[in-house]
Amino acid sequence: MTAPAIELKGISKSFGPVQANKDISIRVAPGTIHGIIGENGAGKSTLMSILYGFYKADKGEIWINGNRTEIPDSQAAIAAGIGMVFQHFKLVENFTVLENIVLGAEDGGLLMPSLSKARKILKELAAEYELHVDPDKRIDEIGVGMQQRVEILKALYRQADILILDEPTGVLTPPEADQLFRILDRLRAEGKTIILITHKLREIMDATDTVSVMRRGQMTATVKTSETSPEHLAELMVGRKVLLRVDKVPAKPGKPIVEIEQLRVVDEAGVERLKGIDLTLRAGEIMGIAGVAGNGQSELLEVLGGMRSGEGVIRLNGVDLPLQGAGSDARARRAAHVAHVPEDRQSEGLIMGFHAWENVAFGYHHAPEYQKGLLMDNAVLRADTEAKMAKFDVRPPDPWLEAKSFSGGNQQKIVVAREIERNPELLLIGQPTRGVDIGAIEFIHKQIVALRDQGKAILLVSVELEEILSLADRVAVMFDGRIMGERAVDETDEKELGLMMAGVAGEVA
Amino acid sequence: MEKMPKWADVVLIPLISLLLAAGLSALVILAIGEDPTAAVKLMVDGALGSSYGWGYTLYYATNFMFTGLAVAVAAHAGLFNIGGEGQAMLGGLGVALICLFIPWPHWTLALLFATLGAGLFGAAWAAIPAYLQAKRGSHIVITTIMFNFIAAAVLNYVLVNVLKPPSSMDPASARFSDTIHLPTLHELLTPLGIAFSKSAPANVSLLVAIAACLAVWLLIWRTPLGFEIRAFGKSEAGARYAGISPVKITIITMMISGALAGMMAINNVMGEAERLVLNATEGAGFIGIAVALMGRNHPFGVFLAAILFGFLYQGGAELALWTNIPRELIVVIQALVILFTGALDNMVRIPLERIFLALRKESN
Repeated sequence: MTAPAIELKGISKSFGPVQANKDISIRVAPGTIHGIIGENGAGKSTLMSILYGFYKADKGEIWINGNRTEIPDSQAAIAAGIGMVFQHFKLVENFTVLENIVLGAEDGGLLMPSLSKARKILKELAAEYELHVDPDKRIDEIGVGMQQRVEILKALYRQADILILDEPTGVLTPPEADQLFRILDRLRAEGKTIILITHKLREIMDATDTVSVMRRGQMTATVKTSETSPEHLAELMVGRKVLLRVDKVPAKPGKPIVEIEQLRVVDEAGVERLKGIDLTLRAGEIMGIAGVAGNGQSELLEVLGGMRSGEGVIRLNGVDLPLQGAGSDARARRAAHVAHVPEDRQSEGLIMGFHAWENVAFGYHHAPEYQKGLLMDNAVLRADTEAKMAKFDVRPPDPWLEAKSFSGGNQQKIVVAREIERNPELLLIGQPTRGVDIGAIEFIHKQIVALRDQGKAILLVSVELEEILSLADRVAVMFDGRIMGERAVDETDEKELGLMMAGVAGEVA
Repeated sequence: MEKMPKWADVVLIPLISLLLAAGLSALVILAIGEDPTAAVKLMVDGALGSSYGWGYTLYYATNFMFTGLAVAVAAHAGLFNIGGEGQAMLGGLGVALICLFIPWPHWTLALLFATLGAGLFGAAWAAIPAYLQAKRGSHIVITTIMFNFIAAAVLNYVLVNVLKPPSSMDPASARFSDTIHLPTLHELLTPLGIAFSKSAPANVSLLVAIAACLAVWLLIWRTPLGFEIRAFGKSEAGARYAGISPVKITIITMMISGALAGMMAINNVMGEAERLVLNATEGAGFIGIAVALMGRNHPFGVFLAAILFGFLYQGGAELALWTNIPRELIVVIQALVILFTGALDNMVRIPLERIFLALRKESN
């Protein structure tokens, strides 16, 4: 038997009192795609950072191709043949593809020889792995899928035999993701070893040979992908049985609650972000907005939530909402029964340095029930927080804990509890389960469906197409500030939506 | 999980920082050939050993409470108000105008309106940099510093050209009327049977300053406005999400801050000098930054830190009077205290956190 491409033996790492990795051992066979799956905070990124030389393990050994290897920094990792493609690309936007590939690996003081050498190698790599890019295009001229290709080429140019990809599909459309997986297949066929870090069960099932599951800093299992199922993996990740599909009865759409007509938004830089949106949200229906991040979904949420001014019409239960100036801010929107779970809970939805009970008042700090004369009635507020924490199973249920001390899932439960318990007419909810563990996802989805069943309108924005398909009743796809098409969820599929997300217009349903 | 107990954060760290500053100051005093223990004794005696010393210590502390609170309130909104000095100067102008041109029947009424006037002038002076920051993006640190210089120039002009009595050579206003003389601690405490030095300047403004500490505590931690100020200070994006207008909060917070700095004038202008003189503020606006830093922007911390700096001021004056240690060295000592308690906070904090962590691991 050949030596494993990577073998980790008893890796442990702690940050202060937090044990991020606990005695982790793993063997990755050469020429395979090995998935590492786990919830946020399970320790996947820490483990990969140790392998790439960003952190030093407290204990344990790293063996590469049968040799014990010390990896004190990323140079050593590159020398050992390890390449890393980060979730957020590390490319210089105003350099060309070629310049980015050479950057940091130039030989000699003059650039020209390196560049012409790189051009030749790039041509060979492109032929070998079918990784075609135009070497003379600037990074800001090419799409995200192409940028990711450049990152892979960067690693290959540095002669990486082992590629680590951290959540590679987060920014890709489904067709781009499919393309990526074809590239990975090809790389495997050429004998490269690939480690794929993800929290998406479907990708693991589709792409990997072997999968390791991490939970709370420990490696709980390593199994052959062909011998497992998504349900089984989810159970290994969470430690109990979970429901992957959202359990809901068919929607009974009622009267229109929100009518949006020709909504336009121009941002601070003068760029038109929304270019005339028409959308109707009905009572008792969840409208999902699908699209690759950055196509106007955030602006749509923000203008509806009063965080941004716009032009056009937003009518809520027959009343026009002001879109500019006085009465168009978030406070006025809350008064009009619009609740908003923002996309970024850490910088918007919560004040991380505030106690949980202060965060329960956040945005509703003028609510009459929280006032006692000129002062805030903190006792009432804390009692209210305890009730919400109990109802939404926030752990630990301590109103005095600061928001930053809760896990991502529990932070999100605090935000969702605050917004849903206001019994809004319209709930705006952005990336409800980003960075949220599977157990909490199940709970949050249930709460959203329950609000729907009370006859409220819900606008769901998510970059996870899977989430939209399982949670929403209708889906509208946004591309470049426009709505490309609208479908009932059970009358469409990922393929059709994927095309619309890439800007191919669907027929208006 | 907290890294260390709260008492260690609020008591132990400032204490250790102070001891470090004191130790280094002792070395400096040794280096110029003086005796540190004698110096400490002289400082303690001079500032705290008599009711005369206490009278000065508390007089300075009153100034520092107002300016410290001013910096603290702004800091909660993430704004660094360096303009306390200028705002206090303008507060002095407000007090002078109210005291000189309105014939008050009694000091209580005069104090009430002088406080309001001082606050109003200070707030107005802070409102301009606040507006520039909120609407035009001019950085508040830069503008408030510039407004200190402008305030000094304005005061100079007004004193020389408007308020100076025609016959006087001194660039100062006329004396305020005796009917609005503020009771000193001597006058307040004598009826209670407590002897207090007659010549010390501490006066009834001290009580106003303590009331201001209380009011700021209520404002910051108990009112919806304070909630908005703190939320804005921690996350501007969050504030926008919660419907808190950044422009409104910046301007309101700076006006409250400026008002507090301005109110200092009831102590130094109305209480002590009883007329408006040039450079009446004597740098108290800047000391306020150190006081707020050391008091961790908490009103109670500001109260304690103000008394500490009052002690350093008065003790330092005694030192300069009775030894060969020059007045400038006192500034060095004060600077060391600021350096250790404010700027070098992490130097003490991080090792201390490690110690507490180790202790906890052992006890587990």
